[in-house]
Amino acid sequence: MDVFSDSANIDTYVTGFLWILKLTAAATVGALVLGVLLAGMRVSPIPVLRGFGTAWVNTFRNTPLTLIVFFCYFGLYSALSLELSDDIDTNNYWLGVIGLSVYTAAFVCEAIRSGINTVPVGQAEAARAIGMSFIQTLTLIILPQAGRAVVAPLGSIFIALAKNATIVGTIGLMESSSAMKELINANGDAVFPIFFVFAGTFAIFLIPTGYAFGWLANRLAVKR
Amino acid sequence: MTTSEPLIVLEGVNKYFGPLHVLQDVSLSVDRGEVVVVIGPSGSGKSTLCRAINRLEPISGGSITFDGQPLPAEGKALARLRSEVGMVFQSFNLFAHKTILQNVMLGPIKVRGEKSAAVRERAMSLLERVGIAAQAEKYPAQLSGGQQQRVAIARALAMQPKALLFDEPTSALDPEMVGEVLDVMTSLAREGMTMVVVTHEMGFARAAADRVVFMADGQLVEQAAPAEFFASPKSDRAKDFLSKILTH
Repeated sequence: MDVFSDSANIDTYVTGFLWILKLTAAATVGALVLGVLLAGMRVSPIPVLRGFGTAWVNTFRNTPLTLIVFFCYFGLYSALSLELSDDIDTNNYWLGVIGLSVYTAAFVCEAIRSGINTVPVGQAEAARAIGMSFIQTLTLIILPQAGRAVVAPLGSIFIALAKNATIVGTIGLMESSSAMKELINANGDAVFPIFFVFAGTFAIFLIPTGYAFGWLANRLAVKR
Repeated sequence: MTTSEPLIVLEGVNKYFGPLHVLQDVSLSVDRGEVVVVIGPSGSGKSTLCRAINRLEPISGGSITFDGQPLPAEGKALARLRSEVGMVFQSFNLFAHKTILQNVMLGPIKVRGEKSAAVRERAMSLLERVGIAAQAEKYPAQLSGGQQQRVAIARALAMQPKALLFDEPTSALDPEMVGEVLDVMTSLAREGMTMVVVTHEMGFARAAADRVVFMADGQLVEQAAPAEFFASPKSDRAKDFLSKILTH
């Protein structure tokens, strides 16, 4: 394990995972907000919004994430000159967050929408019967119950997001997988230790995350 | 607007579910303070009629006016109208993720924008009235069906509605819980609440109704005061229906 006694290598490793952590955190927020909005659109009475939501889901759910992240870099940044920061790493980070968010939002939307289907029709009828608007019915009655029904699948989506964050390495961010590649390139004799440390780090963080979501799902479940 | 004018007026109302003609030229008017009980066999269209009054079921033809105004199309005006017409469902439909008290307070606060403190006081006194005040902090799933339905009535009353619609309010209840719900409804009827009640409870119809409306096959077949209707139904359809339910 000589590789990990070198402080420069440790730094590469830590920096790599810090990027993953930041990418996951920001994209989780982005995907959740976007996904809930999209789900709202897909069940709305306005055809244009429904169409927009459906088009979004079909587009981003069926495009490889690598292509989306490449597009964020070459399309948004290079071609359209969208500059999100003077610092190249920070710029690539935000481009990555955009790519991860728009992609993951499609999956969040569909999870929430399946949650909406678990809420009995009577809940919305009762809400409308006391005079609530569509938005009120959705935000006060339907989404809170739908969200609680899909905590576990949302957990899986966010775990996938954390691993997908490594794809941002393809546009030059030194996140964990790029860091791993760099360490392996420099330490060809230690491929297995390096690989297991990186893979193990993901497992150590993500396995408890899965259990946490499972626990939360039980705790938040709506009793009927 | 004069107060002698009927509160709810249905004129030539038609409703189709696909090829099914569930309401056929139904005309009915309900006066202020009147309690109208709608009875009839399953599939006769009585629930649809009840749900049409607050447009949970849009009609295919004819007109419905409430308090002198025709029912508005979907939108703010319809929401306002619905806030003035309370509805009690067969399956209670209490908001499952809210406590009993929150269920009752939600409408006045979110729909009417009333102050929470005043609403809480009114909600508690309504829960007191229906006998559920002690369970205010519980969730719907922790209550019996009869208790849930009484909360649903309190929730409707919290909006201080001009009329209450009951869509088979006791049909999903265990027999021993029917009485507690009917008691609340009977006391509301005595206090002069305008009510349209779709039910199979003939005892309630006799005791509390001002008028019984009999429906069959999507048509309003006959209507009369309860004593008259139960003693001497005019139509064969009603005679047949009553003979089937009253012999047991």
